[in-house]
Amino acid sequence: MNMIVCVKQVPDPEVPPAKFRIDAKTKQVMPPEGIPPVINPFDERALELALRLKDAYGGKITVLTMGSAKSESVVKRGISMGADDGFVLSDPSFQDSDSFGTAHILAAAIQKIGNYDLILCGRQASDWDEGVVGSIIAENLSLPFIALALAIEAADKALKVKRVTTDGYQVFSVPVPAMVTVCWDVGRPRLPSGSGVIMAARKKIPVWSAADIGVDAGQVGKGAARKEAAELSRREWARKCEIIQAETPDEAGTKLAEKLREVGAF
Amino acid sequence: MSEKILIFGEVAEGKVATVTKEILTAGRELANQMGEPLSVLLIGENIEGAAKDAVSLGGDNVYVVNGPPIAKAHPDLYLAIVAEACKQLTPSIILFSHTDMGREIAPRLAARLKASVTMDCIKLSIEPNSGALLLSKPVYGGNAIAVWTSKPGTAQIATVRPRSAAPAESDPSRQGKIAPLTVSVDPSCVKGEVLETVVEEVQGIRLEDAKVVVAGGGGIGGVEGFTLLEGLAALLGGTVGVTRVPCDEGWKPLSMEIGQTGRIVSPNLYIAVGVSGAPQHMTGCSSSKLLVAINRDPDANIFREADLGVVGDYKKVLPSLIERCKSLKM
Ligand SMILES: Cc1cc2nc3c(=O)[nH]c(=O)nc-3n(C[C@@H](O)[C@H](O)[C@H](O)COP(=O)(O)OP(=O)(O)OC[C@H]3O[C@@H](n4cnc5c(N)ncnc54)[C@H](O)[C@@H]3O)c2cc1C
Ligand SMILES: Cc1cc2nc3c(=O)[nH]c(=O)nc-3n(C[C@H](O)[C@H](O)[C@H](O)COP(=O)(O)OP(=O)(O)OC[C@H]3O[C@@H](n4cnc5c(N)ncnc54)[C@H](O)[C@@H]3O)c2cc1C
Repeated sequence: MNMIVCVKQVPDPEVPPAKFRIDAKTKQVMPPEGIPPVINPFDERALELALRLKDAYGGKITVLTMGSAKSESVVKRGISMGADDGFVLSDPSFQDSDSFGTAHILAAAIQKIGNYDLILCGRQASDWDEGVVGSIIAENLSLPFIALALAIEAADKALKVKRVTTDGYQVFSVPVPAMVTVCWDVGRPRLPSGSGVIMAARKKIPVWSAADIGVDAGQVGKGAARKEAAELSRREWARKCEIIQAETPDEAGTKLAEKLREVGAF
Repeated sequence: MSEKILIFGEVAEGKVATVTKEILTAGRELANQMGEPLSVLLIGENIEGAAKDAVSLGGDNVYVVNGPPIAKAHPDLYLAIVAEACKQLTPSIILFSHTDMGREIAPRLAARLKASVTMDCIKLSIEPNSGALLLSKPVYGGNAIAVWTSKPGTAQIATVRPRSAAPAESDPSRQGKIAPLTVSVDPSCVKGEVLETVVEEVQGIRLEDAKVVVAGGGGIGGVEGFTLLEGLAALLGGTVGVTRVPCDEGWKPLSMEIGQTGRIVSPNLYIAVGVSGAPQHMTGCSSSKLLVAINRDPDANIFREADLGVVGDYKKVLPSLIERCKSLKM
């Protein structure tokens, strides 16, 4: 099974809240000092699912990222986990693209790579949390689309995809090639293997520009974005916490019960 | 026909779903501010009753498409129906609930209609000067809120987070237009098929419906500790939820997780026990009415998020809390 996995480089989502800073003027999040960016954790799950399919059926995994030259590290991360190949898509014209621009760029690269059975995306990027790029790529390439896959089985020119729903799950049959997004519930992704790390270190990751993949300049960058941020602000801590004062934890529990009763919480 | 605001309504067992009542509240407010009618699209079989309800709940024009019920439908088919309906109705704002169907078809519809899309919005408003629609949504795992606005002339699609608005109240005296809408879709738009749909039964109260949630985090330390939390929840008529850590550790199933990748709850009372207060968790519970934290670390972030706090070991705090609650209830 030939697979392409789209992975994004993001600021570490687990930065302590105290280190999370916003530049209100540019409406951008400032990179937290001393904490390097990481592979989008949701995309790590997509990679994990791809690797399980490769373990089961063989095939090849290509990792694709759109970003700066520095985004190479997330492609290498994929290769160290067991992917075979990867590309960075980078061009000054790509900067400040919205989800549609991003999807246009990724779709162009996917077409250039060609010969795929399955494209996998994460559930969402942990920075802007939209969760739309995968489905837009599917529309652009007229591919069948399934959201939030938990498990995939191959079945004769088709895939059986189990996906999570709010109250349970659904199983779809879908023809290949297809685009599938992967849910968080697939579980912890595997760690890079020793040989994988060596492979990744040796591997030269090509950087493709707009011209290399035939991107339509009118569809990418700030100018093509369909929406813009009017405001970006820290989520406010609207509450003021009253700490129950007590000599012992035992007493604190009793006082808390009384307080809850007083405010009519039960 | 040219509509301004169109709501994608969901019908459950012949009735307007609660999530749809919520976007009827949000949509009605927008319509009033903009001085425009509010339109609703309903898809299903024999849903005349739901269409009447949609008018009582605030819809001005309700369009009814004959199609399979949402629980059984392939998203490809619903997408094609909605896309075709939008071609006829040409709405400039289309609102979905952030449900399984809404989150799946909204971005694909945006690609087809060349519209903008903003997912999981918690607030919709109108910029007083420009009249532009402003869409607020949590970003960066709940660390921040972004307010998005679209380029003039762009149709706008948004999904709205469940429970971010109160459900609309029914007013049977409201008047509105109900019209069937004929859309023709090519059945070959459905690629593949639904083989199985399984709804997993929930034991006890659904987390989303619970008035009281007692949430346990990594600080609970193991399965055994949850006995205390379950006792407290039962006493208060609520249920137990968890953070990521108890799921990762295998103490509790993922179906109990609250947060960005779990469930979004908004109970009257949320008691967070041994929970650090990470943004990805808080984004799933921060709209609770009263938020109480029990944590042994006085510097834990949860104390910035709570109304009431106890600094201490939960194993020592909960027994007396439970005892006193019991005696006060008598
Ligand atoms: C400086 C700056 C300016 C911006 N300006 C705008 C703007 O004007 N308007 C606007 O709408 N947005 C803007 N954005 C946000 C925008 O670039 C989003 O990142 C983009 O819309 C993609 O959506 P998402 O990140 O929410 O991806 P999602 O839709 O959440 O991503 C889903 C999946 O798609 C794949 N994917 C997404 N991005 C990539 C990628 N780069 N490489 C590989 N795979 C990927 C991954 O598999 C991911 O899990 C700006 C961002 C920055 C940093
Ligand atoms: C992309 C992404 C998505 C995520 N989605 C979610 C999500 O949906 N939901 C979610 O919950 N998390 C999510 N997380 C994880 C989140 O970032 C935190 O790691 C997680 O919420 C931490 O859980 P915790 O506070 O229970 O555990 P910990 O960080 O381990 O904190 C335990 C707390 O318990 C206290 N404690 C310890 N012992 C005791 C005791 N005896 N008595 C009282 N207090 C005690 C400690 O002081 C500490 O504050 C996500 C992370 C990422 C990167």
